[in-house]
Amino acid sequence: MNRPDERPRVDGRAVDGRAVDGRAAWVARFSVAERAVHHVTGLLMLVCLVTAACLYVPDLSTLVGRRNLIKPIHVWAGFLLPVPVLLGVLSRAFRQDLRRLNRFGPRDTEWLRRRDRRAVLNGRGVIEVGKFNAGQKLNAAFVAGSILVMLGTGAMLTFPDPWPDSWRGGATFVHDWLTLAIVVMTFGHLWYALRDQGALTGMLTGRVDRSWAARHHAGWLTAMDRSSSNGVRDGAAEDMGSQSVPLTDAAVPRKRGPESP
Amino acid sequence: MAPPSPRCSNGKVNEDDETTGAPVGRRVIFGMLGLGALGIAVGANAQQKVNRALAPLGPVGQVLPAAGGFRYYSVVAGVKARKPENYRLTVNGLVKKPRTFSFADLQRLPQTQMTKDFQCVTGWRVENVAWAGVALPDLLDAVGVPPQAQAVRFHSFDGVYTESLTLEQARRRDVLVATGMLSGPVEHDHGGPVRLYVAPMYAYKSLKWLGRIELTSDVIPGYWEERGYDVDAWVGRSNGRDDEPT
Repeated sequence: MNRPDERPRVDGRAVDGRAVDGRAAWVARFSVAERAVHHVTGLLMLVCLVTAACLYVPDLSTLVGRRNLIKPIHVWAGFLLPVPVLLGVLSRAFRQDLRRLNRFGPRDTEWLRRRDRRAVLNGRGVIEVGKFNAGQKLNAAFVAGSILVMLGTGAMLTFPDPWPDSWRGGATFVHDWLTLAIVVMTFGHLWYALRDQGALTGMLTGRVDRSWAARHHAGWLTAMDRSSSNGVRDGAAEDMGSQSVPLTDAAVPRKRGPESP
Repeated sequence: MAPPSPRCSNGKVNEDDETTGAPVGRRVIFGMLGLGALGIAVGANAQQKVNRALAPLGPVGQVLPAAGGFRYYSVVAGVKARKPENYRLTVNGLVKKPRTFSFADLQRLPQTQMTKDFQCVTGWRVENVAWAGVALPDLLDAVGVPPQAQAVRFHSFDGVYTESLTLEQARRRDVLVATGMLSGPVEHDHGGPVRLYVAPMYAYKSLKWLGRIELTSDVIPGYWEERGYDVDAWVGRSNGRDDEPT
């Protein structure tokens, strides 16, 4: 199975000359708004996890103490967690991403079922993955569900008065155990992201290398090219302003470079 | 999740086929909300079973939620550990004979043992904890309490934390200057070598790292009581809670 490794580049253009056929070497992937939602949510999530560890892991809480300082930081970061997503809904590009993340098509079923889901043939992923693969979609749904459940149970623990004792015990139970699941998912998310320079670049700068897109999100790249040739620009490209993809004839077969092993 | 919208807003073509298909994301979210609600309903019971199941794991179980029972709370960054050999407990204020007790002095006073639950105001409870030490009334008798003393103030050697009881509360036989806990010495993390255990009240009354006992004319609210918690912290009858009495 081929791993989608990074391709060599010179001056930001693919060395295999793909840019020469008139297409930009870079493709707009995330707008400023989409990236802001990601970064702020990620930051708040990390603050929640670090303060949770300080309040909760016996050895760490022994070391750090300062419960009167750490606890309000944890509570505030928790209550702020849904805010970036709610503000993000103001962005058309972000709303479009939410729709994409929500919907599972045949490609997603295939991606989940096949063991060679990440395989690359002639520079393109064997599965025509859209803007998000099924794993990313499931992760997004898990994060959204987690934020809501943690918010609900966290609110019950912060304002315990209206609730019967058994409910508060139950809320503690849910809050504690879901934390462990979130820790596992967060490490998994970072594991996949940090091993993939192209994905990191996409989330940090908003644009990705065309060859990276072909290997990881072939269906999305095709749709981007088609929509740009139809004069319909992707929401992300719109927010990016000058970053939109140059118009080309989508009917021209793509020149394919040799795939790195 | 956003409502399903098979077309983009310009009404022409869809950029891709990704906005059609089953709304799995939304189902996952609703599923998690359902499981969360179920967890709130049955979780208290489930956690007790988890505690019992994980108890034999010992320190390994400490990373898992509440498996060890106790949770460590401290309001300061760190507390310097004291050994029984260099431990001192000062009793002063409105007393007939101010006195400083060494750990050995405390062990020479009449000893009291009891096995009782430890209930935190944040909800967790450790059942059947074995406590040992000097009942507070026995210690008060050793220094003599004049009539003008009406309350007792406790100072932690963490330098910050304080607690208080009325003299009547302090005369109860189930208020302990604890030198032993869980069938051993009081560990540093539990507030050792000497801590307070106020059996009938929430755990914030059971001050850790006991350094000084001061007799006063009036009750002076303690650390958490200045931050909104009840001064009379009876388990099940204060702080808006209805836990079983300990």
